[in-house]
Amino acid sequence: MIFALIGNQNCGKTTLFNQLTGSNQHVGNFPGVTVEKKEGRIRHTDSTVVDLPGIYSLSPYTAEEVVTRDFLLQDKPDGIINIVDATNIERNLYLTLQLMELQLPMVLALNMMDEVSASGGSIDVQRLSQDLGIPVVPISASRNQGISELVDQALRVGEQHILPARLDFCTGEVHRAIHGIAHLIEDHAQAIKMPVRFAATKLVEDDQPTIEALHLNQNELETLVHITTEMEQALGTDREAALADMRYTYIEKLTKDTVHKPQETKEQQRSVKIDNLLTHPVWAIPLFLLIMSLVFWFTFGVFGSFLSDLMSLLVDQVTTLVDAGLTAYGINPVLHSLIINGIFAGVGSVLSFLPTILILFFFLSLLEDSGYMARVAFVMDKLLRKIGLSGKSFVPMLIGFGCTVPAVMSSRTLSSERDRKMTIILTPFMSCSAKLPVYGLFTSVFFPDNAALVMIFLYILGMVVAILYGLALKSTLFRGQPIPFVMELPAYRLPSAKTIALHMWDKAKDFIHKAFTVIFVATIIIWVLQSFDTRFNVVDDSAHSMLAMLGSFIAPLFAPLGFGNWMASTALVTGLTAKEAVVSTLTVLTGAADSAGLAAALGQIFAPKAALSFLVFTLLYMPCVAAFAAIRREYGSGIKAVGIMAAQTGIAWCVAFCVYHIALMF
Amino acid sequence: MTLDHLKTGCAGIITAVGGSGALRRRLLDMGLTPKTRVMVRKVAPMGDPIEIYLRSYELTLRKEEAAKITVEPVDGKEAQG
Repeated sequence: MIFALIGNQNCGKTTLFNQLTGSNQHVGNFPGVTVEKKEGRIRHTDSTVVDLPGIYSLSPYTAEEVVTRDFLLQDKPDGIINIVDATNIERNLYLTLQLMELQLPMVLALNMMDEVSASGGSIDVQRLSQDLGIPVVPISASRNQGISELVDQALRVGEQHILPARLDFCTGEVHRAIHGIAHLIEDHAQAIKMPVRFAATKLVEDDQPTIEALHLNQNELETLVHITTEMEQALGTDREAALADMRYTYIEKLTKDTVHKPQETKEQQRSVKIDNLLTHPVWAIPLFLLIMSLVFWFTFGVFGSFLSDLMSLLVDQVTTLVDAGLTAYGINPVLHSLIINGIFAGVGSVLSFLPTILILFFFLSLLEDSGYMARVAFVMDKLLRKIGLSGKSFVPMLIGFGCTVPAVMSSRTLSSERDRKMTIILTPFMSCSAKLPVYGLFTSVFFPDNAALVMIFLYILGMVVAILYGLALKSTLFRGQPIPFVMELPAYRLPSAKTIALHMWDKAKDFIHKAFTVIFVATIIIWVLQSFDTRFNVVDDSAHSMLAMLGSFIAPLFAPLGFGNWMASTALVTGLTAKEAVVSTLTVLTGAADSAGLAAALGQIFAPKAALSFLVFTLLYMPCVAAFAAIRREYGSGIKAVGIMAAQTGIAWCVAFCVYHIALMF
Repeated sequence: MTLDHLKTGCAGIITAVGGSGALRRRLLDMGLTPKTRVMVRKVAPMGDPIEIYLRSYELTLRKEEAAKITVEPVDGKEAQG
């Protein structure tokens, strides 16, 4: 059986998903869109649960929310597990009432019950279950309480196909209108297998996708308008407000009977206190900058570099061991060179950055899951509006510091097409973590005393360029109104270690996978191109290789930027497979045996000012193929995506040119 | 008066929700329906958006959107909404 896990945003859905499935997870994409589809087998069962994007209502507002609705209506899961935040039960039940109209087996998971009880509240679960006509299971996802009972109930309603026992919450005029319309459209709804009751309610709400899907004839459309107009006149309000009001009125009555809790739980009161500081009129922005600086300092400073050094030491040890082994075995020198100078050097140099990337994702996931990212959007909204975006665009951009691919994907949470497309264009300017190996290598060779300063300069430069580019876009391609900004500020909660660990594990898997697929293949190709000439004879000096020819061909383009060397231009080209490949390519090309050799070789290729210009170009030029593919998917047009890439690379060239020539003046 | 004019720390009862289309639907879906009590929690450091408290949760929206919501102020300073 397949269960859909549905709930509001920030109600602990992902935590519950992790508890249900353990590490049995599979991340894919929903067909046609880049919204992540997380599936997993429920532990100790044969059933699957699908984690769907959080929604507040079945009238979707963002592209991501459309995915959830489409999944429910078209894929018809065998059951719904509706997770509800007990501390915020009124607004959460609003979605529940709509889900019940879908006429699918359903069970309600009442999450965060521990918080309610700890604050002296209680919820009459039995009465709630009776009144709603669906099983209700109190749980605490973060403490792993009530999960097995939830699974039992879900399997029971799914296997026996037990439907919600009641679905009529309306009274008076709305009731009459819904029933009139249900009668009118019954055949149409059944023809497209849409639940009649759901369709009727959506028609009362004037939901355009439903009206189109039902293929009503002129006569029926007129009757529909007649019924709703009559209802509006009788109620003295419009149809949208009437339905929302009806649902909330029912919920207010229901919670009055079943929920006894203080106005705010301890966690909510604590949140208000934290916010007194973090969204303080004066301190909010300095604190934000401080928090981000700390994150970067930990990631790229003491902590990260220590672990990276440890990792490269390990890689060096293994390489030496294998090298000795191969020599002892007397293997063919060409194959020996492929393994040691190609694969081990290339993949190894990239792998040593695994710790840094993991630490960065640890912090990003902590900031996101704790609820702080929403505050950042709140604090920064006005600033982003100046370049025509909303505070919500800040989140994808922050994720962009980790990796452009999930950042571009997370732009799906933005409700306006215009904001989404603009955010996607600007996100690659946020320096992604794959570029770190390049910065790390170059700063250690050329600017060992000012490594942190150069790094900060690069990160800030990326943002400044993005702001200027944003302003330019706003007054040219993206004129028009920014979208409204209506967003929940969830209570601060410490994410569970399990959630963060799983998140980091995902990223580690991704990275290692990338290192052994894309980068592995790239290093082999580069090794072949640089070891042979056009007649496939082994070359003594890589300067005579095929790669040198290719690199030399485009090298003149970069001469004005100070690095007309073929190795530099080749590294930039291979960097398109993945940015880490810039480092592995330089390692392979220079034929350096260890880090000292590499440092010496780089000193030959770049003057320090040219190195700076090279870093600026690396920072700004088009992202890797994976990010390109994500952007192409989001835009649904290859030509536009290529245009975006070309523009970005053009900007990179100009900025690097300026930086180089300004640097030359000193 | 409209919600954007409500002072920080003051509460009001919603009397009407204006606006149109998806935005209005969103406001209603988030629980901003007539007769609901809302409290203005704070204003963002740069003067916009505002943070409000309703139905035991916090919501943020811009003044521009808040101006579409009509409220009847409730007397006295509210600490808990």
